[in-house]
Amino acid sequence: MSVTILFLGPLRDIAGEQSREVDGPLDWAGLREAVGPEVAAQLNEDRVNLACKGRVLADKRALKAEDGDEVALLPPVSGG
Amino acid sequence: MARLALSSPLDVRLLDKGLSVGEALAAFNTAHDEAGGIVSFLGKVRPGDDVRALELSHYEPLTLPGMKELAKAARVRFDLEGALVWHRVGVMSPGETIVLVATAAHHRRSAFDAADYVMDHLKSAAWFWKRERRADGWHWIEPRAQDRIDLARWN
Repeated sequence: MSVTILFLGPLRDIAGEQSREVDGPLDWAGLREAVGPEVAAQLNEDRVNLACKGRVLADKRALKAEDGDEVALLPPVSGG
Repeated sequence: MARLALSSPLDVRLLDKGLSVGEALAAFNTAHDEAGGIVSFLGKVRPGDDVRALELSHYEPLTLPGMKELAKAARVRFDLEGALVWHRVGVMSPGETIVLVATAAHHRRSAFDAADYVMDHLKSAAWFWKRERRADGWHWIEPRAQDRIDLARWN
């Protein structure tokens, strides 16, 4: 079991992959380390959101993911 | 093929294939025979601008639930009889339908406003990411400043 980190939209290109498995538990500092400096820089921006277990976190810095959880990195959206 | 029938006042879907606009609107009209007016908006991949293809990606746990919340909010806010909110995902060609929104209400103003409200939120507050393929490859589309201004009208 591990934590799955999912890169959505343009973050997928920056990360160079769609998803990555890391050992849990995973907090904000651990996530920033796991995704590399380029994605971590994006994560620092307010307009990038974080979801854990299918829910958007009100405070992404309070991330606490366990083994088996999915953490999704959500850049600014563009639909319609 | 059985004719399309809509059983719920709010019909919200993510579609990975093309949709029949005529069939959807006919079914929506039938489902809301008490409404005084129905407004529909059809969004398409804009031809020209050197765009060869457009791809919309989404995040399953968030996108459809978010669209359902949006339809519910529109129904309450504009006192709608019903709403249809269908959004494509995947790769589309110029001229293809991306989104179809229809709203049914007692009076036309509510229906117009609700369709406008739903579209503004789908554009810049729903969980979709869009990229275009041009001659030199794929480009991610950033939300435009105008989209945020449009959204702020409803606050």
